[in-house]
This record gives sequence, C-alpha cells and structure tokens, in this order.
Amino acid sequence: MKITRRALAASALALGSACGAFAAGHEPVTVGFIYVGPIGDGGWTYEHDKGRLAVEEHFGDGVRTLYQESVPEGADSERAMTQMIRQGADIIFTTSFGYMDPTINVAARFPDVKFEHATGYKRAPNVSTYSARFYEARAVLGHIAGELTESNKIGYIASFPIPEVIRGINSAYIHAKKANPDVELSVVWVYTWFDPAKEADAAKALIDQGADVLLQHTDSTAPQAAAEAAGDVYTFGQASDMPEYAPKPRVSSIIDDWAPYYIERVQAVIDGTWESTDTWDGIAPGMVRIGEISDAVPADVKAEALSLKNRLASGEYHAFTGPLNRQDGSVWLAEGETADDGTLLGMDFYVEGIVGDIPN
Amino acid sequence: MIALEKRPEPSSFWRWVAPIVAVALTMAAGGAMFAILGKDPTEAIRTIFWDPLFGPFAAHDRPQLLVKGGPLILIAIGLSLGFRAGVWNIGAEGQYILGAICGAAVALAFYPLDSWVVFPLSALAGGLGGWAWAMIPAILRTKFNTNEILVSLLLVYAAEQLLASASLGFLRNPDGAGFPGSRNLSRYDAAANREILEGSGIHWGVSAAFLAVPAAHALMTRHRVGFHIRVSGESPRAARFAGVDPNRLTIFCLGVSGALAGLAGFFEVAGPAGQISIDFNAGYGFTAIIVAFLGRLNPVGITLAGLLLALTYIGGEAAQATMGLPAAAIQAFQGMLLFFLLGVDVLTKYRIRPARRARA
Repeated sequence: MKITRRALAASALALGSACGAFAAGHEPVTVGFIYVGPIGDGGWTYEHDKGRLAVEEHFGDGVRTLYQESVPEGADSERAMTQMIRQGADIIFTTSFGYMDPTINVAARFPDVKFEHATGYKRAPNVSTYSARFYEARAVLGHIAGELTESNKIGYIASFPIPEVIRGINSAYIHAKKANPDVELSVVWVYTWFDPAKEADAAKALIDQGADVLLQHTDSTAPQAAAEAAGDVYTFGQASDMPEYAPKPRVSSIIDDWAPYYIERVQAVIDGTWESTDTWDGIAPGMVRIGEISDAVPADVKAEALSLKNRLASGEYHAFTGPLNRQDGSVWLAEGETADDGTLLGMDFYVEGIVGDIPN
Repeated sequence: MIALEKRPEPSSFWRWVAPIVAVALTMAAGGAMFAILGKDPTEAIRTIFWDPLFGPFAAHDRPQLLVKGGPLILIAIGLSLGFRAGVWNIGAEGQYILGAICGAAVALAFYPLDSWVVFPLSALAGGLGGWAWAMIPAILRTKFNTNEILVSLLLVYAAEQLLASASLGFLRNPDGAGFPGSRNLSRYDAAANREILEGSGIHWGVSAAFLAVPAAHALMTRHRVGFHIRVSGESPRAARFAGVDPNRLTIFCLGVSGALAGLAGFFEVAGPAGQISIDFNAGYGFTAIIVAFLGRLNPVGITLAGLLLALTYIGGEAAQATMGLPAAAIQAFQGMLLFFLLGVDVLTKYRIRPARRARA
C-alpha cells in the first residue's frame, strides 16, 4: 500500500496546492459530503444535505459541492473520500459516527485536505469533530411531554444504547419528571436509526401499554402515523420537523441544523483560518432547534417550554443540574452542580427513577 | 400471444457470449437512463467501466477492485456449490457477519499479544463461525425438512442483531469512551489482514479467494463430491440411484458456503473495514448471489463476474462523486445487469414461438 499511498499523497499535495492557489483567485472552494443514508430519508442525512444546500446558497459561485449518498462505513467510505479529493475537495464533511477511523486514515494520507467528522472523538491537525447537544432540546420536549401526559406514561423509542441516546433519555425524563412527578418512562430499543416498520411496532407497543406521549430517537414518521391512528397520542418530530403531522400528533420537534456550522467552516477554509477544533454546540448557536410548538399544547405549557429553551440557550440553566442520582441511588450531582462534558460524552447510566436496564 | 419453447440443446457458444451481450445491453439501457437524468451517457459509461481500469487514477483503483471483488468471489464460490446442487443458501450475509464477529472476538481475546498465531487462529475462528451459522439451516433442513432459503435468510436478521450487540457490548472498545464499535483490528499488527504485496490490494482474503477458485474447479471436475453436486442439481432422481446421500450433500454445501462467507467476514473486519461496528456488513453476502449467477456458477466465471461487479461499484461511486449521479441510479444500473443476464439466459435456453391455440 505504501507505494500507492505515497504516489497518491504526492498527487494530493499537487492537487492541494493547486486548489490553494485557486482559492486565492476566483476558483471555487470544493466541499465534499459523505452521507450514511439516502437524502430522501427525511431525517439525519436530509438535514445534512440541507446544510450542504445552504452552503451553496450562501457562497454561490464561491463553492462547488460534492456528495455521495448511502456510503457504507469502512473501506468504502475511504474510497469515497479519496474520490472527492481527486475531484479537488478542499474540505470534506463525513456525517456519521462510523466514518471515524476511515476519516482519520484518509486524513493522514492527505494532510492538505481538511476533514470534519460528525459525532466522533478522534481528531488530527486536519480533522475536526462536531456534534450537537441534542439533549438540550430533549429537555424542552421532556417538559412538554410531562405536562401533556394524562396517563402519566411516556413512551420512548430509542435507537442504540450509546451515550448520545442515553443522554437524550435522561434529559427528557428529568424534565418530564420536574413537570409531572408521577410520570413513568418506558423505553423500547429498536436497534436502528431508520426503519418505519420497527418504529411503528415500537410505537404501537408503547401505546398499548398506556403511553399517551411518545418521544423518539429514530428518524421516520412511522411513530407519528401510529399515534394518529391511535387517536389521543402526542409525538415529537425528530431530526427533521415532520410538519405534516402538526398540529397533532406532532406537537413540536427537535431539529438538527447544520447550516450555520457548515457555512462557518467553509468560510474558514476560504479565509485560510481553518484549524482543527472540537465543537459541541446546542440551542444557543442554533445547531439544535425546537420546531414550532403547535396549538395542541396549552399556552401556559408552551410559554414554560420556551422559557426553558431560553434559559438553556443563555447558559443560565444546564439540562443536567443537581441534585441528581444515578439509577442505583448513588449520588451523581450534588445540589446545584452541573454535569461535566466528559461524563456526558461517555454517559452509560440512567438517572434515578427510570425503570429498566440499558441493554448491552 | 407468444410462448417459450425449450431448446433441445442450448448452444455452448451462446452460453458464453450471453453475459457479454447482457453487459452490452446494460450499457445501452443504462446509458439511456443516464441521458434521461440529464447526464452525458458516454461519460457516465466511461467513468464506470473505463476509468477505474485505465483512467488517470487507475493505479489506485485497480487494487481497490481486488479489495472489493475478493470477498464477493470468495463467498460466491461457496454459494455456487450449493446452487448447483439445488441447496439454496440465501443467508451468506449472516454467515459473513458471524465470521467477522467470531474472528474478531478471538483476535481481541489475544489483544495485545504480539504473536504470529493470532492471525491464523482468528481466521480459523471466522471460518468456523460462518460454518456454525450455516449449520442451523442445514440441520433444520435435514432433520425437520424446513426450507433452507427461509431459515438462512431470516438468520441474516438475527446476525445483524448479534452484530449490534457485539459492537455495543461484548466487543466494544474499552478505550472508546462508551461509543459503539470494537478496537481497530487493522491497527493490531498480530491480527491485521495486511496486503501480501504492498500496493497491490491483494490481502490474505483476496489470495484466499484466488485459491478457492482452482480448488472449487478441481472439486467440481475431479472429485466424487463434485459429481454428486452436479448430478443432484441436474437430476435429483438420478442422484438417488447413484447413491448420493442428499442430507450429507446439503450439510456439505451449506457448510462450505458458510465457512467461506465466514472467512470473508473475518478478512474484511481485520483489513479493509478494520472494526466490528453496528453497520459493519455492507451487503457482500447478498451481492455474492448475483456474482454466482452472473458467473454461471462456474469458478472462472465467478472470478470475472466478481471483478465486473466490483468495477460497477467503484466506477459507480466515481460517477456519483464526479457527475452527481444519484446512488439509486447506480443501483438501478446494477439491477439492469442482472435483469439482462437473466433475460438473455432465458433466450439461450428457450426460443420464442407464436403460441398455438389449445384445442377445445
């Protein structure tokens, strides 16, 4: 491999410097995007592609974007990145956790190309990471859920038992419980990010168990459809706004908005100020947004939710503020203490009050 | 109305020319599709079929053809034995996953021991894992006469759940901050599936595939088992008179295809993919079915078919990145290939006749 790598690295250097020269003139900066799913999934990849389109709109002729959909994680993604570098890519966004090691591998071969890896933790001089504090939005959704439920049972459709999902469950539960001390949370793990059939089954099972509010960490609208069919059940859009189910069952949503970040990073490449960074942004810079809270939510609840959102955005309030205990009853955060990012990033426990075990 | 009439003896010339005609028809129909999508059809066809072999970056692409084609050929060789005997293993994808899990588990159990025994033992475990997974449909078939098509296919979904569980649980990287996915085997020297000749793309899995080809050829033409396989597929009744034990043959065919798929899984996880992750499997087990049929269930044909399919993947990715062709168009293009092959096949075996009205 070494020979090829060296040869490629040499050609990449040539390409890289050529592109640098172009950027100084009027040639567009080339921006690549590696997508894990099809754009049409209406969720994760769809929102990243909206970010790409926003980059095109913002910079106009100043950029050229490339993208490849449904790229398997592993060797195929390394090839996809290499392919884009041949096309003159100056910066590549790899938009799924599974691209972590491939991104690091390719970045080592092409030191002049910038890489941005979503949701990972490995960085290099030419690899940044970025992710969103979805748990902030989930606190607001949890609050609304706690207020809305009449059966005091909230259902949660969870994808994989990884820290990001566990954080979301904890954040939603803590704030639902604050709004309604009698609330109970049932979690169903579906082991997929997008599978309408499985999500619909999970939604029906939760509704059958008496849940009248559903939260989801999966991307399809199947739970919305199941809730609509069942009648008096509330849901929240995930990743995308899912407005077609508003005002009910979808009463609000959690929206990923990558556009500001993508524009900022591409601008840094154009300006020559790009540096490897680790970004974990929340509601404040607009990376996480709360979709419109519909009229199905009483006005006072809506006002409380918006105030919670504003306090999260201003930094006045942290979604994980003590006193909080772990599920086993041991103390996690003392009164007034807030969670540190390290613990949150590796979160592998439920907070006190959630019934059930995290599968592994 | 027209009817199909079986030709008494299909021409051996057409049997071998049919795949070439199918490829030509695919190029024509695919080109038309690309034109409808507003892309230059000649450029698309050239990007897919010509550039990876002879284009400016061919030095990098040619080894990739082997990396992509190797597992397809290895799995398809195993499947072809069963398919010729009328034993339908549709679940190679699951056996591939189990091979990867078992191989990685053994390798990681040795971590960080630096000894030459780690790699062969892990490869053995990979083969055994795939074999054991294939034994489930084999035993159910021989003991209870269940349908091996259904059982082997459904076991793919079971294998995917095991894969998720492995990457989130028992094989999770303890230094991975709680994120899913195992340690990276390609960075563990004793277990890594390295290239035998640097820069050639020929790793141990690719060489195993190239060894399997003559081995399968010898088995089919020189060995009694090969005769049993052929006679069972062509005439099950004659096979019984010839003293073939159908149960043993079923177990043999499923076992070999499972073991080869398992080996392919291990070579992939220890090399190009690098780690066990939730989405580790990229469909090689299913694509290998196409490769087996495209290659006429003949070892040499399978080698060519595997490389051809690898070419459409690598060229297809290039067409996505350079020409902005959607991923779905590339998949449709690959689908056309199979469709035309089967279509041309029908015409080699049958001829079209105007149907006579049945007498009342």
